Amino acid sequence: MKNLVLKLWHTLRKPSVHFSLGFLVVGGFIAGIIFWGGFNTALELSNTEEFCISCHEMENNPYEELKTTIHFTNRSGVRATCPDCHVPHKWTDKIARKMQASKEVWGKIFGTINTPEKFEAKRRHLAENEWTRLKANDSLECRNCHNFDYMDFTAQSTRAEEQHSTSLASGEKTCIDCHKGIAHELPDMTGVEGW
Amino acid sequence: MRRSINALSKALLTVAIVTTSFIAFSGGNEVATLRDSTPIDVQKTPAPIPNVANTDVKQKRNYPMQPPLIPHKVRNYQVDLKVNKCMSCHSRNRTEESQAPMVSVTHYMNRDGNFLAEVSPRRYFCNQCHVPQRETDELVENTFVDMNTLMKEKQAAKAEKH
Ligand code: HEC
Ligand code: HEC
Ligand code: HEC
Ligand code: HEC
Ligand code: HEC
Repeated sequence: MKNLVLKLWHTLRKPSVHFSLGFLVVGGFIAGIIFWGGFNTALELSNTEEFCISCHEMENNPYEELKTTIHFTNRSGVRATCPDCHVPHKWTDKIARKMQASKEVWGKIFGTINTPEKFEAKRRHLAENEWTRLKANDSLECRNCHNFDYMDFTAQSTRAEEQHSTSLASGEKTCIDCHKGIAHELPDMTGVEGW
Repeated sequence: MRRSINALSKALLTVAIVTTSFIAFSGGNEVATLRDSTPIDVQKTPAPIPNVANTDVKQKRNYPMQPPLIPHKVRNYQVDLKVNKCMSCHSRNRTEESQAPMVSVTHYMNRDGNFLAEVSPRRYFCNQCHVPQRETDELVENTFVDMNTLMKEKQAAKAEKH
């Protein structure tokens, strides 16, 4: 085994005798593009709602719950899909979130979250992860669609306008502080601030 | 003699029953406004569901013990064993931030009149007693008369007699 690795290392280190430098540079470049593109395509594929809910835990719980909310049907006809709220737009953030999500996929394959009961037991933990993330990025995913600068307070209800023009405008609070449970059922909230 | 009185009262009773049932049936037609006298074998096109009134303006209470109407929308406000969304605004220690009226102290009382630290179990499910309204006309005319109006009418009648 060790010999094999050493041999491979030597081959890799030796200057190429068969291919020109130019070919290697161009070839490497093209291979890079293909790899990169393939990677991003795979990433994009896993970034669709179909992928998210292809796993039953996500279809039976979060998706079914989303269906009854304003983000599924509304007068504007704009649908928020799972990745709209759960996957960052910036590439580095996206990769980081994907790494985290693969842990959740692992949980599915190896049966830590394979029944509604187990999902319910984990819900608080999973929800807290999302709250922490959205708190840290100032509810970036919400703001991708809802832009504070273009909110017309006069068109909002009094309750909304009062809260938005004070704590939200001053930056003291962010969307997720007040809008927990906007898309799914909430877990037991004992001990969560403001509940 | 007695017999003829009996016959008379029987006749009167029959007339009474026939008239009341006639009134009840013709009135019954008005109550069935949801179908608007659509023939029984025809499916009526359902009327659009009116919006929930979300005016944030408190409504009058018709009598002192009335649970106040909810002046805002409550779509997807979760109230179950895990959470009570209403209390995240209406509980004692949330009112400063939410600027919502606190649930009155009766909500913290058990049936023996003792005050509890948390909302009493019998007041936990808010929607049992409190409901929002829809922006629509009532289907059946409401003939409710406020007791203040009743009292005023009585007083006015008394004043007229004197
Ligand atoms: C894909 C775009 C999109 C994203 C992402 C999004 N929303 Fe929305 N949101 C909408 C649309 C569209 C509506 C409905 C607008 C309408 O027709 O009134 C809406 C409505 C709402 C409402 C109004 C609810 C009501 O009952 O009237 C709230 C509150 C809200 N969103 C909060 C959030 C929060 C918090 C987040 C982040 C976790 C978020 N939204 C993310 C598009 C989005
Ligand atoms: C300080 C608390 C608070 C913060 C922070 C906050 N909201 Fe709200 N928001 C409310 C309240 C209260 C309502 C009205 C009650 C409801 O809709 O449940 C509301 C209502 C709304 C509505 C519906 C508007 C209407 O007329 O009813 C939208 C859309 C919304 N919020 C989006 C957002 C977004 C996006 C953010 C972040 C940029 C945000 N909110 C931050 C408290 C807040
Ligand atoms: C409008 C934004 C929005 C959309 C769309 C959305 N989520 Fe969420 N999701 C949230 C927020 C916010 C939380 C944090 C918990 C909470 O507040 O309910 C969350 C939490 C979760 C959780 C943790 C468990 C829980 O219930 O709290 C899972 C799993 C989840 N979402 C999956 C999904 C899936 C799958 C979809 C698509 C079918 C989806 N979400 C669509 C905003 C959204
Ligand atoms: C986001 C905070 C918030 C939530 C959540 C909320 N309310 Fe309210 N509620 C208010 C505010 C603020 C008022 C004062 C009037 C207004 O602005 O709508 C109010 C008014 C009321 C009133 C009228 C009180 C009166 O004296 O006339 C009732 C009843 C009520 N709410 C019940 C409920 C119920 C039941 C729920 C849960 C299904 C609920 N509320 C959830 C903020 C809230
Ligand atoms: C068993 C019926 C019942 C239930 C359940 C109930 N209430 Fe009430 N509520 C009343 C009645 C009756 C009143 C008016 C008399 C009083 O204050 O007790 C009232 C008054 C109120 C008021 C006005 C208080 C004030 O001083 O202006 C609010 C706000 C309120 N309720 C909110 C709630 C909320 C939130 C819940 C759920 C946690 C709830 N209620 C559950 C019957 C109920």
